[in-house]
Amino acid sequence: MSTDVHNNNTHEDHDYTTTGLNHRKMLMWAFLGSDCMFFGALIATYLVYQGKSLVGPYPIDVFDIPVTSVSTFVLLMSSMSMVLAYAALTQNKINGFRIWMASTAIMGATFIGFQVYEFSSFSTFHVDIESCAEQKVKYGKFDDYEAELCSNAKEDHVETHDGLKPQTNLFGTTFYTLTGFHGAHVTLGIVWILSLLFLSYKKGMITPERHLDVDLAALYWHFVDVVWIVIFTVIYLFGVFPFPGS
Amino acid sequence: MSKEEIHHPTAKQYFRIAMVLSVITAIEVAIFYLEFLGYWMVPILVVLSTGKFALVAMYYMHLRYDHKLFTYLFVSGVVLATVVIFAIISLFSFGIGRW
Repeated sequence: MSTDVHNNNTHEDHDYTTTGLNHRKMLMWAFLGSDCMFFGALIATYLVYQGKSLVGPYPIDVFDIPVTSVSTFVLLMSSMSMVLAYAALTQNKINGFRIWMASTAIMGATFIGFQVYEFSSFSTFHVDIESCAEQKVKYGKFDDYEAELCSNAKEDHVETHDGLKPQTNLFGTTFYTLTGFHGAHVTLGIVWILSLLFLSYKKGMITPERHLDVDLAALYWHFVDVVWIVIFTVIYLFGVFPFPGS
Repeated sequence: MSKEEIHHPTAKQYFRIAMVLSVITAIEVAIFYLEFLGYWMVPILVVLSTGKFALVAMYYMHLRYDHKLFTYLFVSGVVLATVVIFAIISLFSFGIGRW
């Protein structure tokens, strides 16, 4: 960031540019617009291959909606925390700014923790059916993955520890690519937020006049939140919905 | 402070929006467990998540208060992404093997 820019423009939203708008803010919005297309392509790929996996596990076997709902709630609250940090800065409440920025970073890290837990539980997912014959009598029918395992098994007892990995099936490949890229975005956001938090202890670096530095980070953070809103509905909730052919 | 900032929501309004977002998420999860809704679940969830998306973009990202050009930049990206999603799905659903 050029020092001259700040010295010449007290109100960073109103630079003397051809549009009258700040170039950095314009660039951020253009980037977010293009990032929409990036995630759009990943979501489209996931949807195209939905129900096309030749072997399990399938979404219905591994998704844990209550756990993902909690992580979604955490990310939504981190967005509120971020916007409160920005509001505190514009009101020159630097301590409030620091508290809200720290809580945003903590909630972001919690979300990543949930994702690590989810990835690890998916990759260690296992099925242990004592007796395929007994299971069929007990529950009437199997879910798809259990039925597939039993029909391919040479013995009545089935046990598998393969888990869901990116190379397991099309679901694994598209799911990990999409959510992995989202997780990478969140991680970058946490680094950005922590950088601003540390900079706030350096005199003159984070001030109400230089609020745009925080505004840009906030825009990025809210963007990863809206992307997750879409992922949660389309991938998780629709993922276990019994669409024909899925 | 610039003119736009004066109209930004207060901390209390930001908190209310967060509560609305949380309630919508809770409704989404509840709807997910209502099996009798069948295919109706899909449009309901799409509307609810679109509402959440719009709330965050308008109030937290300040699009409602900022210059319209920012809205055009972002919305054009969202629209293009949606078109890409439907185009790819249509291509793979109806187009494979036709050429």
